[in-house]
Amino acid sequence: MSSTTQPLPHYVRPFASGRTWYPNWFGGLHGSERSWAIAFFLPYAAVFLAFIVYPVVYGIWLGSDPELYAELFVQPRYLTTVVNTLLLVGVGVNVKMFLAFLLSGFFVIPNRWIKALLVLYMLPWALPALPAFLSLHWMLIGYGGFLNSALETWFDIDGPIWFNSYPLAMGANILAYIWKWMPFWTLVFVAGRMAIPQEIYEAAAVDGATGIRRFTYVTFPLLANLYLICTLLSTLWTVGDFTTAYFVSSGAPALQTETLATFGFRMAFDQGYPRLGIAAVMVTLPLLIPLTILLMRRVQATEVQL
Amino acid sequence: MSATTAVRRVGHRLHSRLHYRVRRYAVEGVCLLVGLAIVIWSLTPIYNMWLIALSLHGDIFSGELWPSNPSLESFRVVIYEDFWYLARFWHQFGNSFYVGLMVTFLTLFIGSLASFTVGRMRLRNGWILTNAALMTYVIPASFLAIPIYRIMQIYGLGDHLASVILALTTFATPYAIFIFSQYGKSIPMELDESARIDGANPWQIYFRIYLPLMSPALVAVGTYALLLAWNEYLYNFLLLSSPASMTVAVALAQFLNSDESPWNYMMATAIIYALPPIILYYGFRRHMAAGLTMGGVKG
Repeated sequence: MSSTTQPLPHYVRPFASGRTWYPNWFGGLHGSERSWAIAFFLPYAAVFLAFIVYPVVYGIWLGSDPELYAELFVQPRYLTTVVNTLLLVGVGVNVKMFLAFLLSGFFVIPNRWIKALLVLYMLPWALPALPAFLSLHWMLIGYGGFLNSALETWFDIDGPIWFNSYPLAMGANILAYIWKWMPFWTLVFVAGRMAIPQEIYEAAAVDGATGIRRFTYVTFPLLANLYLICTLLSTLWTVGDFTTAYFVSSGAPALQTETLATFGFRMAFDQGYPRLGIAAVMVTLPLLIPLTILLMRRVQATEVQL
Repeated sequence: MSATTAVRRVGHRLHSRLHYRVRRYAVEGVCLLVGLAIVIWSLTPIYNMWLIALSLHGDIFSGELWPSNPSLESFRVVIYEDFWYLARFWHQFGNSFYVGLMVTFLTLFIGSLASFTVGRMRLRNGWILTNAALMTYVIPASFLAIPIYRIMQIYGLGDHLASVILALTTFATPYAIFIFSQYGKSIPMELDESARIDGANPWQIYFRIYLPLMSPALVAVGTYALLLAWNEYLYNFLLLSSPASMTVAVALAQFLNSDESPWNYMMATAIIYALPPIILYYGFRRHMAAGLTMGGVKG
């Protein structure tokens, strides 16, 4: 694959003309350089084609029948599932990001025990999701669960059976989701706050921006873009969240708290109807594609000044 | 500045000095309260894991807030594989490790090669390749589970650890490429050029210059990939079905097949399973921060 195997004179090669009708991926590289570039990129291209492009095309083909969608919307639990996913994304992601942003302000306080606390606070994130969510499930199981025992012993309150009521079970899912993922985003915001040069704060203080004004006029404008990018990414990842609903509430009561991912999973593997499972998740594409485009534009525009 | 404001300022300074201690204590008090709330919030579910793991089977869900007869029996059962769900626990633990390490290695290898090509070899349209990689995240991984399950059968990888390794590598690599491209911008191109003048071929530049300089990003992304593999359940469950090929995550979820499972054994397994990522995270904590500030995106 060296230049000797290319019999054409250089002026015949497409990159010599500079402009071609197709994107000239390896343009600007010559001979062995070009071969190296192709060889280096090949592993990723292979993985991308075999495990992203092929599954996506196959999935679109599986879910391409319009009748599937008519069938989908008469499924008894489908609309609840869509609402649940929107609740988890709308409430879960936003509350999580907002609290993470506030707490990042707490964790940048230069104090030894607050630094030690951050280490402890990261524990839910370092813990694998499955055991963590199983523990939360058993904590909230109702009679004999840790939470209800604690309520009874300390406050003499007879706690509810959490997973028997839709709002409580949904709330439990959202709280479990926040518990698991808030530490990570807090860490991102802490890193973001640390990256703000101290001189900016000093200059602002000279101009009279201290306390709350320092926050609204200096910290927040500087971090707004990071906040937006993180919220977008988190939204994209949460729409496909499977573990929370599957392990914390397990869909209880009576499959009312399922999300799209668990619904699709149940349709495909428990009911043996994979086409319907695909159709169930395809419905989110009109929401996800604009979000991804927005995310890319933000990332491109800022060159990730995080 | 007028004289009155100066006087007011001096007065204010005296005033604040008097109240300085009071204010400091108030701030400390608020910090303590927030800290306490954070401790309770973070640790309660983890305490619950220990509570169940240390209880005897009959004592679970009897409303105790700490185990009345704390016992390490369930840990003994897990370690000696003394229960039929756990009959191959150490083998499965090894599987989890193998999957985690392979995903890490492949993600770093494929990701760094791809970002080297895009970032260092002056591709004219390299940014399109990076963006194409990020487009992977349009479709959440769990939504691709159904087609990937079928496709793994077509590839003949059903019930084979390689299927999980390849699937997870695919989902970790776009992030790796993203972080490596960002981080690579901080390495001067002159280094590559002088190596090229000295007669190094691209592989030597990649292996001798690029990789050593990228090591902080490699550590951060490697930790991320290992945690991703360790956290994953859906693909493990779908693609691995026989006890010999299962990972611990799948074996753990087996306990859910019955309502009368020994939950103390399950929680003891969960605690042992949770140890490697926690140790890893705390070992590489400082390097993670470097990766975070570079990309700020990780999940």
